[in-house]
Amino acid sequence: MSHRSANLLHPDQHGYYGDFGGAFVPEMLYPNVRELQENYLKITATKKFRSAFEKLLKDYVGRPTPLFYAENLSRQYHTNIYLKREDLCHTGAHKINNTIGQVLLAEALGKTRIIAETGAGQHGVATATVCALKGLECVVYMGEKDIERQAPNVARMKMLGAKVVPARSGSKTLKDATNEAIRDWINHAADTYYIIGSVVGPHPYPDMVARFQSVISREIQKQLKKITGNELPSYVIACVGGGSNAAGAFYHFIEEKKVKLVAVEAAGLGIKSGMSAATTQLGTTGILHGSKSLLMQTADGQVTEPHSISAGLDYPGIGPLHANLYTSKRAEFLSATDGEALAAAFNLSKKEGIIPALESAHALAVLNNKKFRKSDVVVICLSGRGDKDLATYMDNL
Amino acid sequence: MNKLDQLFKNKKEPVLNVYYTAGFPELESTTEVALSLQKHGADIIEIGIPYSDPIADGPVIQQSNMQAIANGISIAKIFEQLESVKSQLTVPVVLMGYLNPVLQFGMERFCAAAARAGISGVILPDLPMYEYEKFYEKIFREYKLHLIFLVTPETGIGRIEKADKLSGGFLYAVSSSATTGNNAAMNGQEVYFKKLQQLRLKNSFLIGFGVRDKATFDLAGKYAAGAIIGTAYIKALQSLKNIDQATAEFLQSIRPAHIIKPVNI
Ligand SMILES: Cc1ncc(COP(=O)(O)O)c(C=O)c1O
Repeated sequence: MSHRSANLLHPDQHGYYGDFGGAFVPEMLYPNVRELQENYLKITATKKFRSAFEKLLKDYVGRPTPLFYAENLSRQYHTNIYLKREDLCHTGAHKINNTIGQVLLAEALGKTRIIAETGAGQHGVATATVCALKGLECVVYMGEKDIERQAPNVARMKMLGAKVVPARSGSKTLKDATNEAIRDWINHAADTYYIIGSVVGPHPYPDMVARFQSVISREIQKQLKKITGNELPSYVIACVGGGSNAAGAFYHFIEEKKVKLVAVEAAGLGIKSGMSAATTQLGTTGILHGSKSLLMQTADGQVTEPHSISAGLDYPGIGPLHANLYTSKRAEFLSATDGEALAAAFNLSKKEGIIPALESAHALAVLNNKKFRKSDVVVICLSGRGDKDLATYMDNL
Repeated sequence: MNKLDQLFKNKKEPVLNVYYTAGFPELESTTEVALSLQKHGADIIEIGIPYSDPIADGPVIQQSNMQAIANGISIAKIFEQLESVKSQLTVPVVLMGYLNPVLQFGMERFCAAAARAGISGVILPDLPMYEYEKFYEKIFREYKLHLIFLVTPETGIGRIEKADKLSGGFLYAVSSSATTGNNAAMNGQEVYFKKLQQLRLKNSFLIGFGVRDKATFDLAGKYAAGAIIGTAYIKALQSLKNIDQATAEFLQSIRPAHIIKPVNI
């Protein structure tokens, strides 16, 4: 019972990447999901949309973001390390590439109310930001535990005019915030657009979000070509919560078989500790939040509560595109523990003067576990900056 | 003949389908609640399979799901419980659950066990029609189980007809786009209910979501073959009364004049 799509990059018409994807939503959401499925490619292909999207990415977000040759890190690891500086995006992470795209889509569809879920608060801030820009009502669902550990982002969202609603069920983190956002959507289906923050959710979200984030790899190609003469790196490394920064950083390299793709999941206290969020290591095929993918769950199909020090990676699933990259072995999936991520964050801060987000620090952490050649070109997606994580960093200084 | 088909063929007054969550309030309540519902006149018993992430449910049913999971409920356990009272249950029993736990159990194994336990129908709100036709319809037919699809006020006519064609037993008419337990759901939906009435569907339809008392049940009965009550009954089960007393009082409050036929076992 497999859906064979033509390639790893694009899902088939039902939203399947190989065996993963689809749109498993209750009938209450069918009209909304259908409307998106029928319109997202049409609208995003229009000249009007493209020029508005590109203009905002340039003048508002500050794109292109630099591709920075990290000389000290390169010396440390005896290779050539480039950091794709998504941390320099307006609001401090790659998340805004997607929210700009989706808010323009919501506008084109005539929606007047925006909802979002958030883990680290970066997607919530990015959504609140574009809603402020467009004068749209904005409600952000956030797990109670995340509200505590990402306080600065909660304050930012409020200052931007968004309403932040705590999700109090389950593990009180990203999964539960997503449940609450979906319930809100069901209860306000007519006027509300749901801006999902990662490459998860029912079709067409995974493909749509990957397309909006693909600007990351498009720029990497151009920048590398200019710097090294070759647009293809040896490696692209990115952390995976739901997988949007990884999808964006991999996108234009997925079909370039020479480029090694490395996805880094959060191992939490260790894969076997029972306190982990390493979905490919601990998960099996299941359905969560509208798509079939790999999922951490019990034998009875109850979703397991994950753990990561990083709120943005504290999620028991991954997007269907990544589940397919994993099972097809196109990408290598590694993991970093809470401690390894912290150490990598301190290392980058001291060596390069860049304080990374805890999420991005997971991608940096695998530099210790992989052997690179001196001539390799290693691109790491530095998905966000660490301001939001200062409280956690201070506890570990 | 499937018990649901029999029920709708012979029905004279609006059908009352009562939902509750398996394994709630206690792990072993599943059978006691079912027998009590039957005893006090429910026409269909809809048993919820608890799931950690019930996205179409409001806080009351969410909480009952969490409690049931904490009590140790599982699909295997539910079938074990239902088999133990199979000979005593004469009313049709429908299982309602989210797709993930059912898929982990295995769809074929699920249908086989459901048939063995005397189940008449299954509601899987997050199973798309496309997936059902492609992968599971054959299995449901093989085990003579009805799958019951949902429609809402926003469902187009062509799609309602398709849901009707694929469904058996009855069609689940969600009163409005809402999660369960939303009291506003039943307000102002007469045009939609009339539309369903006039479509000459193959199946009878039952209205659910927001039906909670005599007034809303009677309103549903004006247009539909009956109604489904969930949240309000879960609330009744949360009261400190014993299950049988709570059930008797609850059903009495919904249909005070209803004459309960003695159950022949
Ligand atoms: C900086 C940063 N990186 C990564 C992530 C993880 O999300 P994704 O896997 O979708 O990139 C988040 C999520 O909040 C984030 O804030």
